[in-house]
Amino acid sequence: MAGGEIIESFIVPVHPHTVLAPQQNQGWQNLRKAYDDAAQIIKDKEADLLIIYSTTWPSIIGHQIISDPNPEWVMVDHDFHDLGSIHYSFNIDAEFAKQWNKENHARGLQSRCVNYHGFPIDVGSVVALTLLNPDNKIPAVIVSSNVYADRSETTVLAKACKDLVHKTGRKAVAITAMSLSNRMFTEHIDAKDDRIHSLKDDEWNRKILEFLGQGRLEDVSQLSRTIQQQIRVQKVVNFKPMWWLSAINDNRNDLTGNVLSYEAINGAGCAVVNLNPTSSGFGDKEYDEDEVEVFAGERGVLDAATKNTETSKTNSGPKLWEPTEAKGSVNTESAPKPVGAYPHARRVGDLIYLSGVGPRQPDTNTIPGGPIQDAEGNKLDYDIKAQTRAVVENIARILEEAGSSIDKVLDVTSFLVDMDRDFQGYNEVWAETLGKVGPTRTTLAIRALPTPIAVEMKVIAGI
Amino acid sequence: MAQGEIVAGCLAPHPPHLVYAENPEQNEPVAEGGWEQLRWGYERLRESLKGVEYDAIVILSPHWQTYVGTHFLGLENFQSLSVDPVFPNLFRYHYDMNVDVELAKQIHDKAESAGLAVRMMTNPDFRVDYGTITTGHMFRPQWDKPLVVISSNRSRAYYSVEVMQEMMIELGRVTREAILESGKKVVVLASNSLSHRHFTTESEIPEDMSKEHITSHAMHLWDMRIIDYMKSGQCQRIIDEMPEFTEQAIAETDGGAFTWLLSTLEVPKYPAILHGYGTIIGTGNAIVEWPVYRHKAV
Repeated sequence: MAGGEIIESFIVPVHPHTVLAPQQNQGWQNLRKAYDDAAQIIKDKEADLLIIYSTTWPSIIGHQIISDPNPEWVMVDHDFHDLGSIHYSFNIDAEFAKQWNKENHARGLQSRCVNYHGFPIDVGSVVALTLLNPDNKIPAVIVSSNVYADRSETTVLAKACKDLVHKTGRKAVAITAMSLSNRMFTEHIDAKDDRIHSLKDDEWNRKILEFLGQGRLEDVSQLSRTIQQQIRVQKVVNFKPMWWLSAINDNRNDLTGNVLSYEAINGAGCAVVNLNPTSSGFGDKEYDEDEVEVFAGERGVLDAATKNTETSKTNSGPKLWEPTEAKGSVNTESAPKPVGAYPHARRVGDLIYLSGVGPRQPDTNTIPGGPIQDAEGNKLDYDIKAQTRAVVENIARILEEAGSSIDKVLDVTSFLVDMDRDFQGYNEVWAETLGKVGPTRTTLAIRALPTPIAVEMKVIAGI
Repeated sequence: MAQGEIVAGCLAPHPPHLVYAENPEQNEPVAEGGWEQLRWGYERLRESLKGVEYDAIVILSPHWQTYVGTHFLGLENFQSLSVDPVFPNLFRYHYDMNVDVELAKQIHDKAESAGLAVRMMTNPDFRVDYGTITTGHMFRPQWDKPLVVISSNRSRAYYSVEVMQEMMIELGRVTREAILESGKKVVVLASNSLSHRHFTTESEIPEDMSKEHITSHAMHLWDMRIIDYMKSGQCQRIIDEMPEFTEQAIAETDGGAFTWLLSTLEVPKYPAILHGYGTIIGTGNAIVEWPVYRHKAV
């Protein structure tokens, strides 16, 4: 089934007061009522998936997605433990979580699923799910907020999710668990004395809510950095939830917005806002930041090849074929699949003739060192040494399958798509590997290879 | 009643990787080892304090983050499963720890009298943060001494490193006073890393030490500078340079534990003992002891 969509979006507050102590303050009570109204909207729309992006679940290793089908525990807030405990037992769509994780990887993101008994689901998610899904009928998915992520990473995270909603035909509700201004009183206050921490915070909150009430979500999204500077305590690198929410709503500026409530919780600006995809008629964006579809930022800290490998998944070239079988043919699962009807190698007498071997990896089809261009043909930086090493490793695996080995290589014809750029790096790796074996060699410059690789080798070896 | 004393103070970082790599029976995941330099550092620290008697351990952990004042665990026992929200694949630890509520309350009361916002945490469902548990385990895996656990007030995020230091110096001062008045012998632990820029990827085998290194040379230089100050008894310079260090090394000193520790020790002028230094997912970590028991006359 296809054609799923985000049928509603909500911004909701994170603090436990709306669950545990709404009666203590009229503002908290108003927020609770708005929460209940939001739950009713979700119910009336017959949503079948709740997607929560929580700002109170920070992560470091990319983004994390809850995939425990039924997480249960008791949540106690680190600050407001005196208000009591929230027992939770949630209905998580584990399958959607796993698929979202895959979609993230396909877009170059680091992410992983989390399915451990006792995992501490964060206060924002617990509050949001407890109040928006009180009977637990609608399956949910929860994603963390990476502390180092900026706009591009957060935007791509949302787009990966949006595509999956579409592909799986879901009627999904997107929810950001967040505060507006997040400066709380740093001393304990009586509930009755609660108010927005400062006039400045209040004015900014009202400006943001004016935009959101007009459905101008993308404008708010593009103000995120300014909002972070003006009214956010610098707990994390940036104010991200509006990037996520706008991207999952196609970066639109003409949604139909409705501010259900705006109040203070211990000084922080808290609102329940509903954004419906029906066009409001606005639409002219006041700001203009670039769209981003694939994350290619700082993720290769451990190993420079990692980033390029992940990027390569977005452009691995033409359709793959199963290797053909004929007399003397040699094929192996340990070599990359052909891009046409031919075997990995063919044995004739005491000789083995290999089809052209590139650096693609047998299991993932990724390209160590990265592809030379993206799917749109835009040139990418790549590592010729990593590619050349991968070619030699693939050759070795095919020869082993044939009962031969790398030290029996007799003759090699190498093809480079950019002789000027790559010959030196290729030659260095050659010297470290096949150069020590001693085959004859011819190196040719060619215009292109079928996959986005920079080097390929044609090999003849003995048995 | 005899006067209490702080017998030692330690910088005792809490990356859960250390517990994971030790394979204690309380932790669910199993490792092939890893981060030995730091684990051996903890061994040396434990050995160093083997003959030193004390009644309680006071920990300030950056992972019990509170924005409304400073909080203290206020019940005598906490038992539960602690799952690290960032590294759940490494740390799922079944803990059972006793709290010295009396001492906690004494520190709380003194802090309150000094004008700090404080609160006792008495909700029995509360889960103790993994920073406290990791430091508690690595420092004394027997778990046979009661702890006082102090939250990390995030005043640095709200104001500045300077404000954070003012508050933590005051909290350290009253912590010391309370300990002296309690008649107890106490070890104080600051549970924090030094430079704190993480990798945002994890190797397939988390304990693959061929992937472990400091995130950047600048972080290394800062860590070494701070360690040199500790080793040479120049702790006032650490306090003085804390704003630059915290900002430029993205240091976990932002949580206040290190400043608090130095304050409880009256900003030592004698050399600290460096038991180990190593990186964990790119962050810099030092295990350091101020052997107060050897410097009573100082």
